[in-house]
Amino acid sequence: MSENLANIAYIGATILFILSLGGLANPESSRRGNFYGILGMSIAILATVMGPQITTVGFPLIIGSLVVGGAIGLYAARKIQMTQMPELVALMHSLVGLAAVLVGFASYVDTAIVLMGVEKSIHEVEIYIGTFIGAVTFSGSLIAFGKLSGKIGGRPLLLPARHGMNLVGLLTVIYFGVQFIAAPDSQTGLMPLMVMTVIALLFGVHMVMAIGGADMPVVVSMLNSYSGWAAAATGFMLSNDLLIVIGALVGASGGILSYIMCRAMNRNFFSVIAGGFGTASGATSASTGIQTEGEITSVSAAETADLLRSAKNVVIVPGYGMAVAQAQHTVYEMTKILRALGVNVRFGIHPVAGRMPGHMNVLLAEAKVPYDIVFEMDELNDDFPLVDVSIVIGANDIVNPAAEDDPASPIAGMPVLQVWKSKTSIVMKRSMASGYAGVENPLFFKENNRMLFGDAKRMLDEVLGCLKS
Amino acid sequence: MSLRIGIPLETFAGEKRVATVPDVVEKLIKMGFSVSLESGAGAAANFNDDAYRDAGAEIVPSAVALMGASDIIFKVRAPSKEEISLIKPGATLISFLWPAQNSELMQCLAERKLTVLAMDSVPRISRAQKMDALSSMANIAGYRAVIEAAHHFGRFFTGQITAAGKVPPAKVFVIGAGVAGLAALGTAVGLGAIVRANDTRPEVGDQVKSMGAEFVPVDYQEEGTGVGGYAKAMSEGFQKAQRNTFANQAKDVDIIITTALIPGKAAPKLITAEMVKSMRAGSVIVDMAAEQGGNCELTVPGEVVVTHGVTIIGYTDLPSRLSKQASTLYATNVLRLAEELCKTLDGVINVNFADEVIRGATVIKDGVITWPPPQIKILELAKNSVISNVPVALSKKSIHGHGSLKPVSSSLLALVFSGGALLFWFIGAFAPASFISHFTVFVLACFIGYMVIWNVTPALHTPLMSVTNAISSIIAVGALVQVAPPIVSSAQDRPDVLIQVLSVAALMLTAINMFGGFAVTHRMLAMFRK
Repeated sequence: MSENLANIAYIGATILFILSLGGLANPESSRRGNFYGILGMSIAILATVMGPQITTVGFPLIIGSLVVGGAIGLYAARKIQMTQMPELVALMHSLVGLAAVLVGFASYVDTAIVLMGVEKSIHEVEIYIGTFIGAVTFSGSLIAFGKLSGKIGGRPLLLPARHGMNLVGLLTVIYFGVQFIAAPDSQTGLMPLMVMTVIALLFGVHMVMAIGGADMPVVVSMLNSYSGWAAAATGFMLSNDLLIVIGALVGASGGILSYIMCRAMNRNFFSVIAGGFGTASGATSASTGIQTEGEITSVSAAETADLLRSAKNVVIVPGYGMAVAQAQHTVYEMTKILRALGVNVRFGIHPVAGRMPGHMNVLLAEAKVPYDIVFEMDELNDDFPLVDVSIVIGANDIVNPAAEDDPASPIAGMPVLQVWKSKTSIVMKRSMASGYAGVENPLFFKENNRMLFGDAKRMLDEVLGCLKS
Repeated sequence: MSLRIGIPLETFAGEKRVATVPDVVEKLIKMGFSVSLESGAGAAANFNDDAYRDAGAEIVPSAVALMGASDIIFKVRAPSKEEISLIKPGATLISFLWPAQNSELMQCLAERKLTVLAMDSVPRISRAQKMDALSSMANIAGYRAVIEAAHHFGRFFTGQITAAGKVPPAKVFVIGAGVAGLAALGTAVGLGAIVRANDTRPEVGDQVKSMGAEFVPVDYQEEGTGVGGYAKAMSEGFQKAQRNTFANQAKDVDIIITTALIPGKAAPKLITAEMVKSMRAGSVIVDMAAEQGGNCELTVPGEVVVTHGVTIIGYTDLPSRLSKQASTLYATNVLRLAEELCKTLDGVINVNFADEVIRGATVIKDGVITWPPPQIKILELAKNSVISNVPVALSKKSIHGHGSLKPVSSSLLALVFSGGALLFWFIGAFAPASFISHFTVFVLACFIGYMVIWNVTPALHTPLMSVTNAISSIIAVGALVQVAPPIVSSAQDRPDVLIQVLSVAALMLTAINMFGGFAVTHRMLAMFRK
């Protein structure tokens, strides 16, 4: 295949990738979108393999690694539970990051690429930046994976003078960057490149360790963005437009998602990245005098079932707790019974509910909840005064009235689902512990609120049992 | 201070409706009002005092006590002079009023220094559809008209073939396909009749067909749509053509239901005595315009007469004959208006003239007659309920469209632009041509990404991440070109093995991503269903 033909194939692949992302505009067209993505990828790979840059000597290696990697990937995709999606996505980001690092190193030591003057400098800058982003993505995603899967605690790790450490790290990276570009041959240049990679890895670890569990959706989408930029940088390094375009698409996508998540929490992107959320909240909420103590009223599963049966309008607000308890199927069983009784059951999804953007939608879809009864926060918030019962399943901060009422609260100004405006709200929770943000929730003490303590799955099973009988 | 809403018993002869129902009482109380009801007010509509009491209303034995103590009165029919004299001066009245026909009554109300909102004067715009009591009542009247016709008609509506012979289906002709007309033809279609309809507004033809009826046009070119979605009076030539059409239909059909009204005028006489005479014996005419004089020359308002063997029904109280349904819908319409008046939910109303719906409905404010309201620009006609979805759809779109972004402050924008300009100048001054072309591609791709991603629905954010993740394994292409490139002669000391190890490892990693990412996205997307 000639170079022109390969390039034209790349353009075709690019169009297919754009269509693939465009297809996600609604669930109807999304399946076709995914198919476009697969087609684009196949065309891109085939065009490269058939193209002039690869000799037939490499075919066994290429096929071998694709088969092995593909088998692992397909196996993981089949085995994974929907509640584990955030971990899987984070882990996959780390693979892209690592691949970018490896490609960067390989490209640097490749003496077949002969460039002079400015072109050489630019090529080296590209390698340096590409490797840096790749390394940060790799280690950051690994830590995110650890946090999401519970292998590492969710609490933010706050080293003293952490901003200073980051700054020193950045300066060191720039210093070695200058050394790297000035290096006369690839033997001397390898050393600064490796040092920088180690610093980048540490930087990635530190950055994600400092971010609390509630901010995970931002982190996951940010790493998504990084993996795109890493691909784009690799494209510059190898003078490959296809890589540049796809990298930019993915980078923009992750960037927008991060922005949406930040806005949903009314937080500044940089303050999320700087980390350390939810540390000093205990003192602040106590000093404002907003009522966070008082009578809480608990209910039994049977009473909950009675309330639900006599309601006309029910809104279910799921959170991470539902995912942890794997309760989505029970929730839908309950929904089906209630809908058969003529109760209007809807789901209210906060943009940052769960641990990654759209997490709750995926879980509900897994349980076969039709997506036309699943609503976004903005679509539902005006309706709460007409809602008879709101059930909050394993969510806390996203229904915290302090975000609206208490200007001193750490989550002040964050848009929340106004469940307290419904006639009755029922919060399912394991205990009275505060949410990931570490903020007390005055909702629990409101007079129209009821607490249903216990594991979400077990309690919902009991409610379901009562509804059936 | 929360206001007290009073619901008196309707005193108009034969009126069975009541202005509010127990379910709505609960909602009014939730809005901060207190509610009193005259004992027995709901009895004719099958709502007893206990039901109201359970909903939280106070039951008052007499109209005198009720009217004197209420700040707001909800009624169905316009009040009589005696009733007006009972109302507390300065109070607010919400009811049907027909200010154009009742100027004397308007004077009376104004003298009492009342604020009056007429349910019939709510503007016919999309936003106000939930308060459109005229449509609610017309809907009921249309249904009831068919039921009354069936009652007086000596045959089945639906065609049947039985052991005792074949029964032909009844043919129904509906004149005027407004809300009442559409309700009537829907009901008649439901009973199995062959239904035809005519209207001077040609655009309702599709609505007629959508209900399963046949549209009979008048063969004459003239546009019949007036202000606010109502019909207007037509020219002489048109009327002649129309009469011919109706005369032909009259000979053919069994039942005629007429709903033709022109706002502020007597109903047009569409069915002449000759047409009635030409109908088969046993046929039925329901004249829903009887209150405004009737569409048929032989109609006697309020009564059923049989002329030339044809039963002509001139009831003027069709909604009241379905009192429970009519009361429920009317109560909801009034509730929606109350919600507009009391947005603060604290039981106090605010007659806000900046709101065009409230402005239109208010015919008297604090004793000053404010009717007719200034003309409002009606962009879309309130044709049917489909339109009410429009504002919802719009607001939904702005949630995740570009529109929801606040405009960036100009100083920040200047900073961004100057920074960008500096960066571009730097690249333009120093970078080689090959880099520029890649950079062009990069910047454009960023913008395409930006545009495409904003269209992604929030529900699909997780699949978006997994598919972008799968796509980003395009980095495999970078690894591929390094596995076994054609060797350039000048590079003898190329560390082939090292590069091969690195690139094969990279390839394997991206392959995991590629296959796994697409597969898991597919799995997720397959789950999303309606």
